Amino acid sequence: MIAHAIFFYFFSVIAVVSAIMVTVSKNTVHSVFFLILDFISISCLFIMIGAEFLGMIMLIVYVGAVAVLFLFVVMMLNVAQQKNQWFVSKDSSRHIPIGLLISVIIFFELIIVIGGWKYKPDLFNSAKSSLENGVSNTHSLGQVLYTDYIHVFQISGMILLIAMIGAIVLTFRQREGVKKQSYLKQISRERTEGVEVLEVASNKGVKIDD
Amino acid sequence: MIDIGLGHYLTLGAVIFSIGIIGIFLNRKNIIVILMSIELILLAVNINLVSFSIYLGDLSGQIFTLFILTVAAAEAAIGLAIIVVYFRNSGTIRVEEIDKLKG
Repeated sequence: MIAHAIFFYFFSVIAVVSAIMVTVSKNTVHSVFFLILDFISISCLFIMIGAEFLGMIMLIVYVGAVAVLFLFVVMMLNVAQQKNQWFVSKDSSRHIPIGLLISVIIFFELIIVIGGWKYKPDLFNSAKSSLENGVSNTHSLGQVLYTDYIHVFQISGMILLIAMIGAIVLTFRQREGVKKQSYLKQISRERTEGVEVLEVASNKGVKIDD
Repeated sequence: MIDIGLGHYLTLGAVIFSIGIIGIFLNRKNIIVILMSIELILLAVNINLVSFSIYLGDLSGQIFTLFILTVAAAEAAIGLAIIVVYFRNSGTIRVEEIDKLKG
């Protein structure tokens, strides 16, 4: 039990500190690095609490795909040099106090909600049945996911497909001045337009390929 | 303090959620950091769902965490594509210079 507490505090302190560093760090690339650290700590917490499939999926999806996508866009847009400038521009810093106030209110509301759970202890003692009959977490997740939630699963696949198409359509552009292959032009080419017989005058030369 | 229960995990989720909201409000740099704050908020929601799922012995929370993960990945891809297009058109993604809609 004490080892569990030690590990929980270790990972959660790292997660909270790196979440703060995501928002306040001066360099956007550093923010992405701290985001990766945050995801890794939270997935360690998931593995520790017993949801090992979700922990691994978090590592794969967030660290492997999303964070690398963020890093790629940050480096491609060259915004790493734009230093952090809050509290500098006067007219835009008027949002900051009200934002802090709202965030603190939300935090205390969430804490009060958690405190309210303490007075309903019978909910915690309900059956811990489905997790402890010798089946691994991945196995039981698959048993539920592919039977009860199969339609939602397929809809999430459609969401991913639409997101992929949308990202490609948004960022696709036709560049000017880039030579591309045109199959239709190539296969519909005739001998009469490909070959031309010229009378070359002496000492003049002829200009081709204009 | 030593006995780690559901409340500890929910508190961690609340802290990370609030940090994400502070990041949205406080941000003066670029939109990418706002997208990262949204990812933090979704992560806090995932923490809540997984800890409830473990402590109540119900697998539905983990299933929905999977779907939230899917939607978060799609949202990050679309959002970053929009940011790339905006940067290509206007040359900046700083928050206070984006005022085309006069909001």
